[in-house]
Amino acid sequence: MKKSLAGWAFAGPALIVLGLFFGVPVLEAFCLSFSDFDLYALADWRNLRFTGLHNYLDLLQTPLFWKSLGNTFYFVVVGVPLSIAISLGAALLLNSAAARVKGFFRTAMFAPVVTTVVAVAVIWKYLFHTSYGLVNWALAHFGIGAVDWFGNPHWAMPTIILFAVWKNFGYNMVILLAGLQSIPQDLYEAARIDGASRWRQFLHITLPLLGPVLMVVGVITVSGYFQLFAEPYVMTQGEPLQSTVSVLYFMFDEGFKWWNLGRASAVAFLLFAIILAVTALLLRFGRKRDLL
Amino acid sequence: MTRAAGESHWHALLINSALVLLALVALAPLLWMLSVSFMPAGTASHFPPPLLPARFTLENYRDLFERIGIGRYLLNSVAIAAAVTMLSLLINTMAGYAFAKLKFRGREGIFAVLLAALVIPAQVTMLPLFLMMKQLHLVNTYGGVVVPALATVFGIFLVRQYARSIPDELMEAARIDGAGELRIFFQIVLPMLKPVLVTLAIFTFLGAWNDFMWPLIVLTDASNYTLPVALASLSREHIQDVEMMMAGAVITVLPVLALFLVLQRYYIQGLLLGSVKA
Repeated sequence: MKKSLAGWAFAGPALIVLGLFFGVPVLEAFCLSFSDFDLYALADWRNLRFTGLHNYLDLLQTPLFWKSLGNTFYFVVVGVPLSIAISLGAALLLNSAAARVKGFFRTAMFAPVVTTVVAVAVIWKYLFHTSYGLVNWALAHFGIGAVDWFGNPHWAMPTIILFAVWKNFGYNMVILLAGLQSIPQDLYEAARIDGASRWRQFLHITLPLLGPVLMVVGVITVSGYFQLFAEPYVMTQGEPLQSTVSVLYFMFDEGFKWWNLGRASAVAFLLFAIILAVTALLLRFGRKRDLL
Repeated sequence: MTRAAGESHWHALLINSALVLLALVALAPLLWMLSVSFMPAGTASHFPPPLLPARFTLENYRDLFERIGIGRYLLNSVAIAAAVTMLSLLINTMAGYAFAKLKFRGREGIFAVLLAALVIPAQVTMLPLFLMMKQLHLVNTYGGVVVPALATVFGIFLVRQYARSIPDELMEAARIDGAGELRIFFQIVLPMLKPVLVTLAIFTFLGAWNDFMWPLIVLTDASNYTLPVALASLSREHIQDVEMMMAGAVITVLPVLALFLVLQRYYIQGLLLGSVKA
């Protein structure tokens, strides 16, 4: 009895905080998404009306919402595989017996992960400057003319993807490296005796045994990349031609620039539903392939 | 034999060159930031872009502190990240210990609900949370940033995983000796949790320091901005002042980078433990 009371007392503060500042807002957001909460309701709650599915249906007819959804999918579909491929490559290199000063390399490649997104996004903006940026200067050596990275609607999102890959690849690298290290060495030994090439060893030993870890990494990365916000906020402000407006950027503007909190809540829930659906698909794919 | 040795020699060279290249790509933007922050104003925007300062100067940093008042933002960031870290560490640790070692009704059910809640992105809560903070008069205060961060499912989970390995006999023995639950927690449990506490502390501090979207929403007055929010706003006003912006980026990034370098063993541990949850 006393112990039960102690349990509640110890867990209590955390449960109150999570309930009050996470649980309640989630439910509230759900209700808000069915209302016309706007600047007038912000001034006086009595102006609030229940509008059913209106916000959701209206969003589906808003071109900018579709545009932001398309931009976000572009970011996820290109960014996630690229990011994981580079993480895997880096992890394989670090796991190689021939690699020297592994600790240094690991720390160096992980460093961007702990940096502040906003600060490094500012660096990126200058690195990719059309006239004075180091990137265009380096490309000029290969005879490639100056690219207007942030001014050209075709290049703005790829530049943000490059940024995200640079910033994040160290994170998955560390998880994948731990996965690689848990693969028993004698499997490779046996394959070598059988004369299997490095590529075949990778294909038939490494990849299948790394499957579950790759699934975890995939799910974490997909749900993280869907939440794109700070990068376009700092680097492009959604421009040029709204080619870098992400779903969260759209939500932020709807909610805190135009104070359409009802509509913005509907955006938040649509994004949540999309993340849930995509990760569920991913997990189903994993289960079918016996990766989980 | 010599052929195999020769091949493995090339193989080693290839692997290490690739690693050098990747490390260089990872570090180059950060090194460039540091270098430009020491360049005299207006000298970075030239073609070809200079890699090192022609003349080493600290005037960008002096400008930031004296003219822009970045000291204020630094103080805000330190205060908020420190408060979040200390308070949430205590609250999460108590809860993690309770979920691991203290039996109470509904324990498993509640924990399952907490884990399930992990799939909900935090941004879903931000709109109502803002309205709530407004009613509590916490908009544009440190409290508005700190209070919602006082407990995290990740923190509770991390501590619970670690606390489960503490032998029950230790606590039982103390209870028989008449020790109260609080004393058991502070004198027996906390010392044993030390490694995971360091891990959680550095995770929390880095998260709070780097956080952008919520502080951007809830801190409406420039004098309360944290460094990332201030930097984002400054970079819009001072788009031409490359050297000063890089100095600002250094001030924002250096504390977390230094903290990571000192405590990286604990940080990586937490990352691996945390990824198991998914």
